[in-house]
Amino acid sequence: MTTYKQIFIEESRKKGIDPEHRRKINHSLLQSDIAFQKGIPQFSHLQSAKKAANHIKRTAIENLDTYLLRFEKHFTQNGGKVIWAATAQEALDAVDRICKEVNARLVVKSKSMVTEEIHLNPFLSSKGIEVVETDLGEYIQQLAGEPPYHLVAPSMHKSKEEVADLFHEKLGASKGLAPEALTQFARKILREKYVQADIGITGVNFLLADIGGVALTENEGNGRLSTSFPKVHIAVTGIEKILPSVRDLGLFWPLLATHGSGQQITVYNSIFTGPRKTGEKDGPEKMYVILLDNGRTRLLADPKARESLYCIRCGACLNVCPVFRNIGGHTYNSTYGGPIGSVITPHLKGMQQYAHLSQASSLCGACTEVCPVGIPIHELLLYNRQLSAKNATRLEKLGWRIWANACSNRSLMNMNGGKIKNKVIRILFSGAWGANRDLPKFASQSFNQLWRKQRQ
Amino acid sequence: MKVEIFIPCFVDQLFPQTAFNMVHILECAGCEVEYNVAQTCCGQPAYNAGFQDECGIVARKFIAGFSGENYVVVPGGSCTGFVRNYYKQLFKGSDLEEQVITKPSLFYEFSSFLTDILGVEDTGAALEGVAVYHDACGALRECGVKAAPRTLLNHVRGLKVVETEDAERCCGFGGTFAVKYEPISVSMGEQKVLNAIAAGADYIISTDLSCLMHLDGYIQKHNLPIKTMHIADVLIS
Ligand code: SF4
Repeated sequence: MTTYKQIFIEESRKKGIDPEHRRKINHSLLQSDIAFQKGIPQFSHLQSAKKAANHIKRTAIENLDTYLLRFEKHFTQNGGKVIWAATAQEALDAVDRICKEVNARLVVKSKSMVTEEIHLNPFLSSKGIEVVETDLGEYIQQLAGEPPYHLVAPSMHKSKEEVADLFHEKLGASKGLAPEALTQFARKILREKYVQADIGITGVNFLLADIGGVALTENEGNGRLSTSFPKVHIAVTGIEKILPSVRDLGLFWPLLATHGSGQQITVYNSIFTGPRKTGEKDGPEKMYVILLDNGRTRLLADPKARESLYCIRCGACLNVCPVFRNIGGHTYNSTYGGPIGSVITPHLKGMQQYAHLSQASSLCGACTEVCPVGIPIHELLLYNRQLSAKNATRLEKLGWRIWANACSNRSLMNMNGGKIKNKVIRILFSGAWGANRDLPKFASQSFNQLWRKQRQ
Repeated sequence: MKVEIFIPCFVDQLFPQTAFNMVHILECAGCEVEYNVAQTCCGQPAYNAGFQDECGIVARKFIAGFSGENYVVVPGGSCTGFVRNYYKQLFKGSDLEEQVITKPSLFYEFSSFLTDILGVEDTGAALEGVAVYHDACGALRECGVKAAPRTLLNHVRGLKVVETEDAERCCGFGGTFAVKYEPISVSMGEQKVLNAIAAGADYIISTDLSCLMHLDGYIQKHNLPIKTMHIADVLIS
């Protein structure tokens, strides 16, 4: 049986030697780094901002029950309805019920990773409902029939030529359109969809407990259009997206903008506090917020892994990750790629099957360094390794025990060509140095031996 | 000044000359170098694999091998960073709790020890050519070493150091990662080497031999016109 790990390694190999992939990703990541570097100076003291954000998220997550109930209370008072979904299926069923109520034929969506996580699009399609992604990057991915490649830049791996070809092939656009023309072309199609749609589905950037609000951040205005034309707005979110107060946005909006896209502030920041009230001119007649668990309470139950729930999905850790740069977003084979994905996926989808994601890291720490909410990402990867070491093979366990023994005893280490040494190394370094690197040459005498001879 | 040294296991076995070069530079700078011949490994490999207990056994012996009265100089930032930052967690609540507050803070990566503690910026070295400096992750992120090696290299006669966009990016070694995830490790290393060559470099210089060993493996296999050098080997040239 082929395991996820084997597929992962095979895909890594393919991506690693694909020069086109490397060129496009390097180009794209260079642009995002340039933007990020330009955005940083808006913080007079970035480290303090991160510390404050870490403190707020810690408070929010440590008291998650309180804040979620507070959110529910206020949002309900505002006239909205909160739906608690323990699993992906429960969330899908809830959406299905709402669709049936309004006899929905067409749904417009703005970008949302959680709806990717629960595979909402294929579910709705199977019910005969048309779903249209309205974020341009997501729209491109939908046309291509691919999941998003990156948390905030879903189609960063496609060149403008590839997008033009896609539009030509799938939408009948003229050949070789420039990016601006492509945007216009998509906009024209999408505009019609907004007005025809029965339901708008969005993700959530922040849940605001004190006002019962949902904050949505985007750059294209598609989030606003998706929520203002249709009669029903459904916001789907993981339970970790909570912030205690609307006042926290003063810190979190700029942090998210800079770390996500290098902007000082994202172009459109909306706060939805329920459906249209009497006397109001626009807004949906009904608004639902689906609060999804789907494994998150498993993370919450673990005091160490819990820190991963601080994540605001800015994508910065992906941008700086040398592994992501080389293998790309699809190789992870999970909704959440990159460093944070490698931390949470084994918990959300099973340590047995996904432990390799936590192993596939050089632990360089660039992710931890960049994270705006101070998640010790590489330490959490290490923590996952500790958890999965409990399920290691007997041989591997034995290998480390022998290693510990050998390292506790200098005379064993000084043994020349010791059989045990070679054996242990073979067990622990199962795999290969590979066809691409020469092996280092052992010195005829170790430093230790030479020192003893020369200096003692 | 009396200093103790730690020679990481793979430096001990594969690169004894570099360790001696470090010792000579320290002695030239007026240090009296002590080496505990019973030392082995800091325990990091087991910790990174998730085997905390086995790491603990080795780390316990390791930390007992240092007096706690002198600085400990290490030719590399990886082990240094591990001892400095992880021992506290490792021995939390154990009988070693006190020891791992004081002893690890005495550990210094070699180049930063030269500049920050000894105040040495020029070792009188000369090396003709162009170099890129590779920020090893352990040195940069675990020990905060960034300026020290650059300052020292800028004083090397004949050497021109160029900065590259990827200086701080991991080379892809990462211990067992290098073999368990060989395709990723190799493509990371390949980009590092090719970028250095594109920058016109004759040398890739770093504080850590683990990175350099991995990069050199790639360079040798592909017969590329560039050489890796540990900073101690440069500073003695
Ligand atoms: S882990 Fe940190 S850096 Fe990565 S996406 Fe989440 S908030 Fe951003």
